[in-house]
Amino acid sequence: MSLTTVADGAVPQQNWLDKIGAGHVILAVALVLYPLVASDFFLTQIAGYSMIFGVLALSLMLLAGYGGMLSLAQITVAGIAAYAVAILGSNNSNVLGFGWPWWTVVPFAVAAAAVSSALIGWISVRTEGIYTLMITLAIATATFYFAQQNYAIFNGHSGYAGIHAPVFWGIDWRNPKPFYYLCLGLAALSYAAVLYGSRSTFGMTLQAIRDNPRRMRALGYHVTAHKVFAWFLAGILAGLAGVLLVWFNGRVSPGTIGVDVAIDILIIAVIGGLRHPIGPFVGAIVVILMQTFAIDIVGAERFNTLIGLVLLAIVFVSPDGILGLWGRIKPHLAQGSLRAGP
Amino acid sequence: MHRRTLLALALFTGLTAPSMALAADDTIKIGLLATFEGPFTVLGEDGERGAMTAVAETNGTVAGKKIEIVKGSSDASPDSAVRAARKLVEQDGVKVLVGPLSGDEGLAVKDYAKTKPDVTFINGTSAAQDTTLRNPAENFFRFSTDGAQWMAGLGTYAFNDKGYKKVATVAEDYSFPYTQVFGFMAEFCKAGGHVPSKSWVPIGNKDFSSVIAAIPEDVDAIYVALGGADAVNFLTQYQQAGGSAPLIGGSITVDQTVLTSKGKLKDVLKGTPSAGPTADTNDAPAWKTFVDAYEKQPGAFPSPSLFAHGYYVNMKATLLALDQVGGDVSDGGKKLREALSKLSFDTPTGKVSLDKNRNAVADIFLTEVTEGSDGTLLNKLVKVVPQVNQTLGIPEDEFMKLGAVNRDNPSCP
Repeated sequence: MSLTTVADGAVPQQNWLDKIGAGHVILAVALVLYPLVASDFFLTQIAGYSMIFGVLALSLMLLAGYGGMLSLAQITVAGIAAYAVAILGSNNSNVLGFGWPWWTVVPFAVAAAAVSSALIGWISVRTEGIYTLMITLAIATATFYFAQQNYAIFNGHSGYAGIHAPVFWGIDWRNPKPFYYLCLGLAALSYAAVLYGSRSTFGMTLQAIRDNPRRMRALGYHVTAHKVFAWFLAGILAGLAGVLLVWFNGRVSPGTIGVDVAIDILIIAVIGGLRHPIGPFVGAIVVILMQTFAIDIVGAERFNTLIGLVLLAIVFVSPDGILGLWGRIKPHLAQGSLRAGP
Repeated sequence: MHRRTLLALALFTGLTAPSMALAADDTIKIGLLATFEGPFTVLGEDGERGAMTAVAETNGTVAGKKIEIVKGSSDASPDSAVRAARKLVEQDGVKVLVGPLSGDEGLAVKDYAKTKPDVTFINGTSAAQDTTLRNPAENFFRFSTDGAQWMAGLGTYAFNDKGYKKVATVAEDYSFPYTQVFGFMAEFCKAGGHVPSKSWVPIGNKDFSSVIAAIPEDVDAIYVALGGADAVNFLTQYQQAGGSAPLIGGSITVDQTVLTSKGKLKDVLKGTPSAGPTADTNDAPAWKTFVDAYEKQPGAFPSPSLFAHGYYVNMKATLLALDQVGGDVSDGGKKLREALSKLSFDTPTGKVSLDKNRNAVADIFLTEVTEGSDGTLLNKLVKVVPQVNQTLGIPEDEFMKLGAVNRDNPSCP
């Protein structure tokens, strides 16, 4: 919350490029043109999947980075949306499946996720730090076991299969290129929204609450309401990611929302860096590439060890994740041209 | 500004990694999908040993081409199995894939197979009934039998020879144990037995006290279809709770992964009848040859588990069919699939052929746990049930009337 007031008209007119940033423009062009060079596998299984998990980690980054609330329940929120798509839409598991059209299913699924997220937030905002982590972990674990043992709603261990992405405008949105652009669209929107939101009044207030809740309370802000609303917003992001995730897999089962996946999302966010919304996406790409190709590098027996070691190395060298790593390298690059000799 | 530009460039170059390296003409790629992570890791590794035994038999070549095995790993969840299968097919470009290991994975990979008609899928050891019985995929073959077939002869044996009239069941809560319980009860109920209580527990359950409490006092025996650590945990806790009812074992309850576990289970397990695709004391020469070849694999068990056997049989069938078509899968695998459909060959456990749903018809072994001369536990062969088909010898229309396997079907309280 800046206290300097500037008279109208004194603001130097920025051109649009400066406002958006040259880096963003180049990145956007590169991502839009990416399907020209990439195979179908890289489009969906790497890029699309990374963006889905990037948005999930982004919803965690919103809570942890701006609100100081570490959550392990993001995959649970996404799972609620995914299950809602399976239950309200159509599936081939012969359980429920109301067969609603996708354009009613998606808003309902995302709303269900957002409301659940706000509820989880409401339960956990009165705690701090490690206790928030424990409460959200408990919620994630409980949801996992409930889904695994409830047959009436969640169809138990098998979950739901045969869920298809919608076909509209004559396009099957699960085909590689459309699906990639769908994921890219969601990722870009989420990224822009979080970036914009972080500079809005609400975003500034949230960061101030993170830094000093007592002071904000003394100033007359309703701290709990702000935090719960942040959970609600994070729930919208996670819910959208959950919808894409169920279209991506074509199925959802308790394994989709397991505790290991919850921890994966935390790892993605931490590896990428929690200081800037681009971090979760960087982390997602690194982690997904590792998980996909480690088995080719070291064989089937040790590949999880390799993944763990690489992630450990990143955090060891740079507690801020990859973004922090970049911040450390940059000064050296800038000075490189000034140094003489080899 | 400048920093972000560079970051974007770095990201972009990282993402335009080389796509699809095509196999050279003198090699043939075969995907191998098993559980190399998660609760079934030990089983997945033994499955790999079995598959590699088949590859070693042909010296790593088929039809003059070098075999290149590309491994994919799942954690027994359907999502991860499909993801691993996608990587093998779409990134590594395999045209032939052997796997997966577990029941629900098999159902998911079968669904995926339907979207890739020019790739040939051969099962690993997944044994859910509906992988091949209902809505089968034209390009999914199973040379290992399903979980209901594995139970052939056990229900009748329990009722007639052991004299058990009332049996409670305890099994894990997913498609494979449903299939096993179905196979056991199909015979047991027909023979006149009753199953008053069925307990379904989640995979990886640690505390069985409530399950043990729910088992009726007056049952003659307990049928247990649990795998690996779940079986060990249940049996230990049942013994500690003072349970004394004799056991009947599902196929993976009394396999080597459980029999080699340390502890006091020996006395509980001794004399447990079971049935499955293998028997440790099978003295057929073909089986002995297979065991010797399997022992050469690193980290082998004293006797191959049914996962080693299943992956071996499926890989063997794959290599035989590939040999018949000269290793040629350039026609989208059409010739290969014809060869596979007609294939009939002698495995270490007898003759195997396929039915119209591409599911195996094979011999099943009725066994009983006994102590070997060196103190280790073994599944002693009681009798061989020859050439069991997927409908367990019941006419097909009658069998289909029994309905799909689930928690409540079949039922004979």
